[in-house]
Amino acid sequence: MSYFTSHFSTFGHEFWGLLVGGVANGVVYAMVAIGYTMVYGVLRLINFAHSEIFTSGAFASFFLMKALVGGSTPTATESVIYVILGVLVGGLAGALAALALERVAYRPLRRRNAPKLAYLISAIGASYFLFNFYGKEFGRINLSMDAPFTNNTVFTIFGAPVQMYYIVIVIVGVIMLVSLDRFVAKSKLGRGIRAVAQDAETASLMGVNIDRTISLTFVLGGFLGGVAGFLFAIPIGVVYTMGFTPALKAFSAAVLGGIGNLRGAVIGGLLLGIVESFSVAFFDGVYIDVVAFAVLVLVLMVRPTGILGERLGRSA
Amino acid sequence: MMLKVENAVVRYGAITALHGISFEVNQGEVVTLLGANGAGKSTTLRMLSGLHAPSSGTITFEGQEITKVKAHLFTTMGISHVPEGRRIFPEMTVQENLEMGAFGRKDNYDDDMERMFTLFPILKDRRKQLGGNLSGGEQQMLAISRAMMSHPRLLLLDEPSMGLAPMIIDQIFGIIAEIRKSGTTVLVVEQNAAQALRLADRGYVMENGVIAFSDDASKLLHDPRIRAVYLGESIE
Ligand SMILES: Nc1ncnc2c1ncn2[C@@H]1O[C@H](COP(=O)(O)OP(=O)(O)OP(=O)(O)O)[C@@H](O)[C@H]1O
Ligand SMILES: [Mg+2]
Repeated sequence: MSYFTSHFSTFGHEFWGLLVGGVANGVVYAMVAIGYTMVYGVLRLINFAHSEIFTSGAFASFFLMKALVGGSTPTATESVIYVILGVLVGGLAGALAALALERVAYRPLRRRNAPKLAYLISAIGASYFLFNFYGKEFGRINLSMDAPFTNNTVFTIFGAPVQMYYIVIVIVGVIMLVSLDRFVAKSKLGRGIRAVAQDAETASLMGVNIDRTISLTFVLGGFLGGVAGFLFAIPIGVVYTMGFTPALKAFSAAVLGGIGNLRGAVIGGLLLGIVESFSVAFFDGVYIDVVAFAVLVLVLMVRPTGILGERLGRSA
Repeated sequence: MMLKVENAVVRYGAITALHGISFEVNQGEVVTLLGANGAGKSTTLRMLSGLHAPSSGTITFEGQEITKVKAHLFTTMGISHVPEGRRIFPEMTVQENLEMGAFGRKDNYDDDMERMFTLFPILKDRRKQLGGNLSGGEQQMLAISRAMMSHPRLLLLDEPSMGLAPMIIDQIFGIIAEIRKSGTTVLVVEQNAAQALRLADRGYVMENGVIAFSDDASKLLHDPRIRAVYLGESIE
């Protein structure tokens, strides 16, 4: 009894702070979840090496920040430039890793019409290769990132402080997610992606180059995943195994929203981030993952195809 | 000669679907490909649009060998394929389906879109609806207009009348006649032999992956072998 009353009394006070933190984490999950969902949409397979795409973005931007910031305290203008450069370099590293992964680990299997299990093994192999490679090259310890901006409180909502870090995540994330959504819904290449997701053979009869479209899908998902790696690493730094847990959660978020569904990935990511954040108000912090995954299982029991259902084809 | 197929063999793994077939289509003709279920008609069309490269034999289109060309390059070469079962993109609107038909084009195709809407007013009414929500007849009209969006010189049609009501079938055959009048050469696969032969100039009859015989359409229409097997009459 006292446990709940004490937690409830702080809950009202903490609500807005938890919401802001939850939304920010949710945006990061959503950006990673998009990569799982897009690849699933066109290939009907889970890219289990996506965690290393996230890590690639984090490491690339880590080295960039080291070179740019190098222990200094950036001015406001410098901060804006550093964040933009971090996004570009993290995103490009993620995109390149995704592109290489598709070429090396998946395309040869596709050429031979390999069974789905072969892709899974290939993905696990690529994932082990990549994170161990990072561990060997960059050390197996956590390295803290040079902060591209000073994380002070920018404003408060109902007494809850909102830090610069959360604002950066939400701005970058919203720009990325909305651009991707519009690109897939409205552009010609986006239409090509949707066509391949709905009926690849017929798409090729229309003149869609399937190999190129699959590469494009990996690149887009890889870019967002790499940017997510950068954002994630800003407060906590980088380590070779850093991709595992957030990617597993993002994958769950994609399933939660409806795998193959772009907006589902965003909703799933946000929901997971917010649930995690609020679970801290009711339960001890160590239960955060237990609560998050309990919610996942509950939602899937009620809606086995996720909140929005499976389909990348939808333009919406 | 527009299209020439020589000794084409197509295999699906261990199964040989086409055992070295040869045939041709001339500029401006309507040619029909008849045959029982599993004879290899769809396989022939799939081979002609790059979905299944022949393991031996050659295909020549307008004097160029195209045997090994990949599927996505066919629309720009002038060959468009309306697949069996229509294969409309179910989660795309009517308009987006038409835009997919013009995917290989770099020029403006708004006029063509309007032309399709004039030809098929029902598609204009439904332009914002999802392809998957159209009736079978509407989907077939959409599939044909989608294929026409690339301005093909050769149109491949795989069983355009499949599963449609007689009135709609007449309408579809009327459209094919229009397409031919506009100068597009047509190769049409049909189970509906009588109607296809009345429309076509020539016909080929396939059996078990070979071309059993061929003739002018008017002669095939009265050929006892055709009448027995495809028009459901007994040989007197
Ligand atoms: N993907 C495939 N894998 C294996 N065999 C196939 C495949 N597609 C077709 N076949 C076989 O190839 C042969 C020719 O099939 P095809 O679809 O070309 O026939 P069809 O004349 O179009 O028949 P229908 O009138 O039923 O459409 C059949 O024996 C069929 O079983
Ligand atoms: Mg067929």
